[in-house]
Amino acid sequence: MRFQEEFCDPGLVQGLAAALYRESADLIEPLRLMEVCGTHTMAIARFGLKSLLPPQIRLVSGPGCPVCVTPVGYLDHALALAADPINLLTTFGDLLRVPGSVSSLMEQRACGADVRVVWSALDAVALAAQYPDRRVIFLGVGFETTAPTVAAAILQAEQQGLDNFFVLTSHKTMPQAMALLSADPELRIDCYLCPAHVSTVIGGRAYQPLAEQYGIPCVVTGFEAADVLQGILLVVRQQQAGEARVELQYRRAASWNGNQRARQLLEQVFEPRDAEWRGMGVIAGSGLQLRERFARFDAAHQLPVSLPVSREPEGCCCGQVLTGRIEPQDCPLFGTICQPETPVGACMVSGEGSCAAAWRYGIQ
Amino acid sequence: MCLGVPMQVINVGDETVIAEIDGVRCEASLLMLSDPVTVGAYVLVHAGFAIARIDADEAEETLRLMREAFDDEGSA
Ligand code: SF4
Repeated sequence: MRFQEEFCDPGLVQGLAAALYRESADLIEPLRLMEVCGTHTMAIARFGLKSLLPPQIRLVSGPGCPVCVTPVGYLDHALALAADPINLLTTFGDLLRVPGSVSSLMEQRACGADVRVVWSALDAVALAAQYPDRRVIFLGVGFETTAPTVAAAILQAEQQGLDNFFVLTSHKTMPQAMALLSADPELRIDCYLCPAHVSTVIGGRAYQPLAEQYGIPCVVTGFEAADVLQGILLVVRQQQAGEARVELQYRRAASWNGNQRARQLLEQVFEPRDAEWRGMGVIAGSGLQLRERFARFDAAHQLPVSLPVSREPEGCCCGQVLTGRIEPQDCPLFGTICQPETPVGACMVSGEGSCAAAWRYGIQ
Repeated sequence: MCLGVPMQVINVGDETVIAEIDGVRCEASLLMLSDPVTVGAYVLVHAGFAIARIDADEAEETLRLMREAFDDEGSA
């Protein structure tokens, strides 16, 4: 298809890789580049891009997989809601197999809980209209790309006067997490490849404070092979020139100001709150909660359940993987106990998780 | 889950479009786009919504810049 094949053309990819070799030849210290987008993680693994990079470029994955950064307590909350037969849970597919403290939604479903996979948050609203005697709860997980779709669903439920539609929100916003990582001297992040899809919504401007405050070059990068290589080339050039600014590589879909309509939806329905990220703790202002006006759709407040004391899976190093401190294969459970069929942590479940990508496409 | 897929619009309805990639079709809501879309346009689809249009001119320009990155040096 257009805009896909063209950006994966082998000649183009090799040409860019060669240019990258040439242009980074003078780098004295290796550059640590972090991507914070599950689609980048997957694309880099799938295209084998790390093997094309010169030794001066170290590519590490950050907390870009939405399912992976969702703390185990959220899963436990969803599981507690699923236990009540009046509740009908709706979710995107990759949350199903993520282990909670004692089981997963998939296991609970096998035991009779009504958990359904939907393609869109609007499908969950349609289910609520279809089953007025049930409480339909949508599991709202995801970054700025997904949150506006959930906002649109809530507005639609309001318009339809539904009183049996709820959202358990765990939406997160990326720039605050990136600021935390940028300030961490141990991580030594030199440059960011900013997420393609999140950036179509929030716009390149959102990273400007990062570039200015931490002196870190940021390039909003697409997710085909040539996009990623060009994104890397652009940060290398900035680094060489002693610059730190935001550039748009993914111009065909992301702009400086983002998607105004989506941002309006976000603004109308959500407000910032502190949020817990798996392995990173609570990050101030990095989450989204429903505004007061929409409180009646908030599952966490409207449908109280007793919650267990949550615990992260024993031995799982997801937190370190998600912050680029270690590579998946450095986790002692990787590939032994922990495999996609028997995941111990979230990073092995989601297709966008670093552990799953490393397992599926091999370690480079 | 955060996956967005570039797809071509093959049918435009009131609030949704039908988009296609590699023979796979799906419905996508237009609630997140402010400008109208036409059949044949390319959009990025995420979680059942068209979240961005793909600008053909910008795509061509990006491809041109990519080639320039190595053509220049190859001929230098
Ligand atoms: S390999 Fe499994 S246990 Fe280890 S960090 Fe990844 S998900 Fe966690």
